[in-house]
Amino acid sequence: MIALAAILLSDLFAVVMLFGVYSLLTAALFMDLDAVDVAFTEAAVGAGVTTVLMLSSLHLTRRWEALPRRKPLLGLLVIGITGAALVYAVLDAPLLGDPTAPVHQHVTPRYLEQGAEEVGVPNLVTAVLASYRGYDTFGETVVIFTAGLAVLLLLGIHEDARMRPGVSAIGDQVVLRSVVKPLLPLILIFGLYVQFHGDFGAGGGFQAGVIFATAFVLYELVFGEGSARAVVPPGWLHRLAALGVLIYGGVGVYSLLAGKAFLDYSALATDPVHGQHLGILLVELGVGIAVFSVVLLIFYAFSGRSRRQ
Amino acid sequence: MMVILEWLSGLCLLLGGVLCITGGVGLLRMPDFFSRVHASGVTETLAAPLLLSGLLLQMELSLDSVKVIMILILVLATNPTATHAMAKATLHGGQRPLEFANDKDIGGDGLSKP
Amino acid sequence: MNYLPGIFNYLVVVFLMMAGFYVVIAQGNLIKKLVGLGLFQASVFILYITMGNISGGRAPIVVEGVTAYSSPLPHVLILTAIVVGVATTAVGLALAVRIHEAYDSVEEDQIHAEDIAADEALMDAKTTGREDDRR
Repeated sequence: MIALAAILLSDLFAVVMLFGVYSLLTAALFMDLDAVDVAFTEAAVGAGVTTVLMLSSLHLTRRWEALPRRKPLLGLLVIGITGAALVYAVLDAPLLGDPTAPVHQHVTPRYLEQGAEEVGVPNLVTAVLASYRGYDTFGETVVIFTAGLAVLLLLGIHEDARMRPGVSAIGDQVVLRSVVKPLLPLILIFGLYVQFHGDFGAGGGFQAGVIFATAFVLYELVFGEGSARAVVPPGWLHRLAALGVLIYGGVGVYSLLAGKAFLDYSALATDPVHGQHLGILLVELGVGIAVFSVVLLIFYAFSGRSRRQ
Repeated sequence: MMVILEWLSGLCLLLGGVLCITGGVGLLRMPDFFSRVHASGVTETLAAPLLLSGLLLQMELSLDSVKVIMILILVLATNPTATHAMAKATLHGGQRPLEFANDKDIGGDGLSKP
Repeated sequence: MNYLPGIFNYLVVVFLMMAGFYVVIAQGNLIKKLVGLGLFQASVFILYITMGNISGGRAPIVVEGVTAYSSPLPHVLILTAIVVGVATTAVGLALAVRIHEAYDSVEEDQIHAEDIAADEALMDAKTTGREDDRR
């Protein structure tokens, strides 16, 4: 329903807001399907960061879609054929909740049974993410870093004279300032909690990095760009992003130098389970730092760009 | 004692649900932006905390209940601020509440749009 | 169709996927295309998480006394996918902003038309230049 409305509307502001609602509903659906970590990430990233970035780019481009649209016939034909093929394929799919589905047969029982002892961490998603499938997560961190690089190349971070600390478009709003100021430390503490508690409950590096970045985005929205850039200068963010990736890669290289495989955490301590704990801690820290700095960097790039008429 | 808690929790949940429904109806049927924003504000600021306290009364005191208390305080603090921000932004954009806008005696300037 | 409740999730996924696909291929506004891409991505996430769910199971966090857990493997893949998705959306939006600055429009048809007009102007300039040289 929301998807249909998003297609048919031409006011892009409404489309972006509906997309935020769609992301939130998807996060609720994930909660219902027992995927708590994924729901957390989707809510923080999809309904938070993506909406803010899209609104910034709407401000920099156009709010309204140019009508009349093209003829929809060819597009409908293509999706009709593709949709029919997909529905035919889906009829063979394993039913919802079926424990004999192929997903649960091969690697999953090993993770479920031996994950808690081998890795020593109750949150199996963190165990698989940071330990069993650590290479993929390293690749993902590098992808985020590359995206930050790409946005920097495309947009750059502008500092001009309008951005003085204390100047803000909505800075005279007493209610907003007095509510947001005490709220920010709480958001940051929550981000730290999610980062370090990710071993035991839902959470981990990605969610924590995004929450940390959202606190600073909120600060920039209410108090102005100058104040935000005085608190976290853009030059730091470049270095922090690189530092995050470096920590992750550094753990891997240290394992190599200690004589084992890349990202083999048993090289970090004498007791393998301790090594796993230490490895996961360092790796999640690297991921959190990288995600935080790249998200904030992208936001700085978008918000510093002025409309050139 | 337990029976009182259960009844109280059920009452809170029921009241919260009713307020959610009235808030939704108000969001759809109110004639003016400011009354609509008030309806959604009531849903967020009164119905959500009532639902949360209904759930809280059913839990025993543990880490989870402390987390629910924190969420309740957060919701109570942020939702009126969001409603205020939306109303102020609309005023800044030029709209005025329905009644005052079209009545020139009270200083309206005919700028209201539903 | 007595197993309709079991595959209902998948039909929803296919519908959302086609909706997102339609927006990407058939609508001209670049930012709307990115929103469609986001719709498509979210439908793929729902597909994977649905496959990993076990009825009667719980979230894959080891607690005392629970034996049936939903599989953590799709969760990990989708966590990665969500974050990579937001990274690519950010780069796409940055590209859209730059295109708007260069062409003053984010409509695909207008951008094509401007490119074609610029190419034709270049070809005209080249041919008139060659005629001048021959004379």
